[in-house]
Order: sequence, then C-alpha cells, then structure tokens
Amino acid sequence: MADMLQILESQDAKAAGLSPRDQFMLGFRHMLLARLMDDKMASLYRGGKIQGGVFLGRGQEALSAATGLALKKGDVFAPLIRDGAGRLAFGEPLLEAVRTYLGSPLGPMRGRDGNVHRGSPRHGMLPMISHLGAMISVVNGVLMAKRFKKMSGHVGAASIGDGGTSTGSFHEGLNQAAVEKLPLVLVVANNQYAYSTPNERQFACASLLDKAAGYGVTGHEVDGTDLEACLQTVGEAAARARQGLGPQMVVARLLRLCGHGEHDDASYIDARLKASPLGRDCLQAAEELMWRRGWADEAATRRLRQEAAQLLEETLAVVQREPAPDPYREDWRPLASRHLMERFETYPVMEAM
Amino acid sequence: MSVTYLEAIRAAQAKALADDPRVFIYGQDVGAFGGAFKATKNLAAEFPGRVLDAPISEDAMVGAAIGAAIEGMRPIIEMQFADFSAPGLTQIVNQAATLFWRSQMPCPITIRMPSGGTAGGGPFHSQSLEGIYAHFPGLIVMTPATAEDAYSMLLEAVAIDDPVIFCEHKYLYYHCKAEALPTEAMPAGKARIARPGRDLSVVAYSAMVQDSLAAAEELAGEGAEIEVVDLRSIKPLDTDTVMASVARTGRLLCVGEAWPWGGVTAEVLARVAAEGFGLLDAPPQRLNSKDTPIPYHPSLWTVHRPTVRSIAAAARNLLRM
Repeated sequence: MADMLQILESQDAKAAGLSPRDQFMLGFRHMLLARLMDDKMASLYRGGKIQGGVFLGRGQEALSAATGLALKKGDVFAPLIRDGAGRLAFGEPLLEAVRTYLGSPLGPMRGRDGNVHRGSPRHGMLPMISHLGAMISVVNGVLMAKRFKKMSGHVGAASIGDGGTSTGSFHEGLNQAAVEKLPLVLVVANNQYAYSTPNERQFACASLLDKAAGYGVTGHEVDGTDLEACLQTVGEAAARARQGLGPQMVVARLLRLCGHGEHDDASYIDARLKASPLGRDCLQAAEELMWRRGWADEAATRRLRQEAAQLLEETLAVVQREPAPDPYREDWRPLASRHLMERFETYPVMEAM
Repeated sequence: MSVTYLEAIRAAQAKALADDPRVFIYGQDVGAFGGAFKATKNLAAEFPGRVLDAPISEDAMVGAAIGAAIEGMRPIIEMQFADFSAPGLTQIVNQAATLFWRSQMPCPITIRMPSGGTAGGGPFHSQSLEGIYAHFPGLIVMTPATAEDAYSMLLEAVAIDDPVIFCEHKYLYYHCKAEALPTEAMPAGKARIARPGRDLSVVAYSAMVQDSLAAAEELAGEGAEIEVVDLRSIKPLDTDTVMASVARTGRLLCVGEAWPWGGVTAEVLARVAAEGFGLLDAPPQRLNSKDTPIPYHPSLWTVHRPTVRSIAAAARNLLRM
C-alpha cells in the first residue's frame, strides 16, 4: 500500500503542474537517481550479487525521464530496458526496482521475473516482456478499454529502440493505434545500435520519422542528450495525444553510453560516434545547464548526488536483508483460476523413500 | 427447433455481450460483415461499438485484448482461422500466459480459434493447434465437441479470469446440432462419458468425439461395447475421468485430429501409462492425423485425419491385443 501511495503522490505532484525550471530539476533528480542505481546494479552484478542480466540506461536518462514526467495519474506506461529514469519519474518506488533486481519475494515480481521486467499493471506500469514491440498493442488495449469506459484525457506511452522498430509487432501496434486514433505516445530512442547491430543494418529509411508518416502518425524529432528539449518535445507530444489528436511518435537521437547489458563491453561502438554530439552525456549536460542558468550551483548538485546515493544505500540495505524466494513455500500456480490448475507436481520433487 | 454448433457460438457471444458490459469482440471482419463464418452475425448492430473490425494484425489484436483486460474488460478475440493465430503466438504465450504468474494481474481474455479440417481447407485453413497452446503454462484450452458445450463453455471462457484458447471445430459448425441451448452445464476441466461401454475406452475431444461415437456404433454391431470419453477441455485435462474409464475397460485408444508428435494424445497416454499402468490389459494406443501438412484435395484430406473407419479399425486391433 505504501508503494501505491508513493506512485500516486508522485503523479499528483506532476498533475499539479510545475514550472519549466522545477520540471527540469525534477527530471534531473530522476536521471541522477537512475544513473546511480544503474552504477550500483552494475557493480553488484560484477560482484556476483545479481543473477541474470543488468541493463543500463546510461545516455538515455534525459529522454526516459521526460517520458515519465509527461505522464499523469491514470495514464499508462510501457517502459523498456533503459527506462530506469522514466520509471522513477512515472512513480515507481525505488524499493520495488531494487527488489526486482535482487529477486526479493517482497517485490512486485516476487523473484518470478527480474531486472527490467518489473511493473505494476494496477498502477498503469506495464511489466515488459522481452519481445520488442509487443508492449505497444498492450498499451493500445488499455487505451481502448478506457475509451469503452468513457474515461477521457488519458494517454499511454510506450518506449522502443531503433532495433525494435524493425519488428512486426511495432508495425502492427503503431498501425493499430493510428486506425483506432488512440492517444498513444511512442517514444523511440535511436541509440544507434540494437545490441551490436548499427542503424545501417537495421533500417533503410532516411529517418525513423518516415515510419511515423507511413502510418499516418505525427512525428517529432528531438536531441535525446538534451533534457530541456526532451521535456519540451515529449511533453508536447503527450499534450497533443491528450487533446485527442491521435498517436504521436517521438524519435530521439542519442547514443547508448554502455553495452547492451553489463555482460557486453560495447567495443563495437564507433569512436567517431562517441566523439560526436550524439555521444554527449545527457546527465552531465543537464547538470551544466542548471549551473549556467543559475538553477543550482556545484554544491547544490553535489548535495543532490549525496542525497540520491544515500537513498540508494538505504534502500539496498533494506532489500539485502530480505529473504530469497523459498521454492518450498512458492505458490507454483500460473492461473488466477485455482480450480482449473493441472495436477502436476507443484513443489520440488523429493527423492522417493 | 435445433441449434447448430455455429449458432450456439453466436448465441453465447450475444449473451455475453448482453450480460456483461465489460465484454467486447475484436477480430477481422467480425463487425458489419458478421465474421468469416458468421459467428458474429448481427452482433455489431445489436451491440453498437462493441464488435470491432481489426486490421490483419493478430499480434496487435491479442496485445490489445491483454491491455483491455488489464484495464478491466473481458475481450473476445476471433482468429479468422486457428492457423492465423501463429502471428499472434508471442502475445498469447509470452504475454497473456505469463501475466498473472509474473504480476498477479489476471488476464481474462478469450481467443476463439476456428480449428480443424474441412474438405478443401488445405494446409493453412485446417490446423488443430490445441496441443501447442496447452503446452504453455498459464492458458486454459477448451475443445467443445457438441453444440451444447460450444455454448456453455464459451460463456464459461468469458467468465474465467485467465486466458482461454477456445478451439471450435469448423466441421462441427454446421454438422453438429443441439435440440436447444443448454441452461446448465458441466464446468471446464471435467470430461464427459459420451457413450458408456465396458470393452475399450476411446478418449477424444472436439470433432473426433463425433467420429468416435460413430465408430463405437459400428462396433456395437460387432458385439463390442466401446466407451467414449469426451475430454471437453484439454487443459486442464480430466485425468480422473480418463483413469476411471480405463479402470472399467482395461483398454485405451486416444484419438486426436492434431499431428502425432507430442500433443494431447501423447499426454493422455503418458498419464495413463504412468499412473494407471496396472489398469491396462493391452498397450495404450493413439490415433492422430498423418505427420504431414494438411492436404487440399478431399480424397487426400479424408484419409489424412482419423476417420470413423480408421478409429473403428484401431479399436478392433486393440480389442484383439
């Protein structure tokens, strides 16, 4: 229940309307917390404390945070793997993020799913599956249901990358949203590589915005390394969707400043891209902009960093004391209808006699 | 006045729409056109805005149903043919089937799949894919064999809080009739003794129940009493009723229209062999379609799947063992 309150409080604060400066500061804080969490998860992974994978949002935090901040209570969000900042900005409690990474049975996925596959559908945060593009039509369905229920003024956001735009699900989902004129905001992070595959082996159109035009969807382009521009562009796209102007697609240019996951050294990323404007670190750029504008000085951002680091340490300390899932107490049931379960063994098999 | 299996499906959908404002139907050509088989005939007019034509996007159709279910609706998806559920497989088996397990969010969607062969259907309009879906945890798979069950099980499917794959047989659409729509029904997960007998148990589902009943009638003329068990739903599979039947007869023949590798008939045999080995007087047998894509020409198609004749022959062989 506390988790739900945290989500609703965050969403209420956004609904109240913030000045551009306050919104930027809020965005920066979510980016910062997400970056620190990523760094911590990466170090836990290297220390063997996290099983499976760790996927970072490094370089994509500005776009992600702007997406989360563009959404309000009652909206729906389908984040992808690099959306730590957007999840926090949408209202995901840090505790639930850390619990999922560490497989805590007290977390929303209870050790049944991990890392970036977390969510709370009841609160509008959809738990992603790994099949790219598959979440778009699920967001569409939530929006169709809201329309059936005569609920207006809500939007749905789905994140995708350059690689994900090549899937059939992407095509079907975006086309469906256009046909149904749904308030979908599809946020494409063109981070130049899908795992190791560069743009030129991924698509042949001049710009991913061409895909928006192809479906009859309004396209918006933005520099994904610039938090201010992302807040402006994603905010405008969401506002247009909210006004009933149909689906909107935002394409952000940026560079993934890490591997696909922490198992990947990203040695394939072109050094020229790293040195180009695409390779700018959006977090550092946001911090410098705050200094230049006089919204914060170095001491203030250092303090924000310390606060975020402390929150993270405290959260981690809580989660690390939580038990691991117990296979003997696990409720091995995949159905809500308990009476329709098959009667297979539902506990670990013991050696007979 | 009799009701066909297809009319029963239409009537069930009309009742679901009338009784529950959370229900809507989404599929290709289901709107004003009334569906490729007319299973939604007139429903768009009777329930304005609740029977929606979908683009040819099986993946997005199922994805949208899942999203709508998350938001509290109870969608019915019509796949034009079961064969075309393949492009929607990801959403069905990876999204719908895992949602409750992963997030504790129920996913009450019903996916209607016109299944099985009809003469001339060919490789891509004849498939029986129930075994594929039953393989994935998190799905319920229904395979009604009668017009009564088509009606009551479809209503039950809509009421169930989990994704239901509703395999309705196209051959039965017109060839299977009920006297009237039922007012009460057995629940899913319970098999039915379609014909009692003491010499051999034929376990079947969907259209194969009707063929098995005809084979049993044929064998009755030869003095053999065949018991026919209609599984009704293949997941969950009513092992108890199957086992009780095998306990009575000592002989098992399981018949399915799907391909032989794995699947429902293999599952039934595995369960009986593992849990009821001592009940058997002869090796358990099964009969499926041939292990090839489904042929077009009726002269090939009629022998590709089990027939009354091949079921009767398999039963005679088993009675001699």
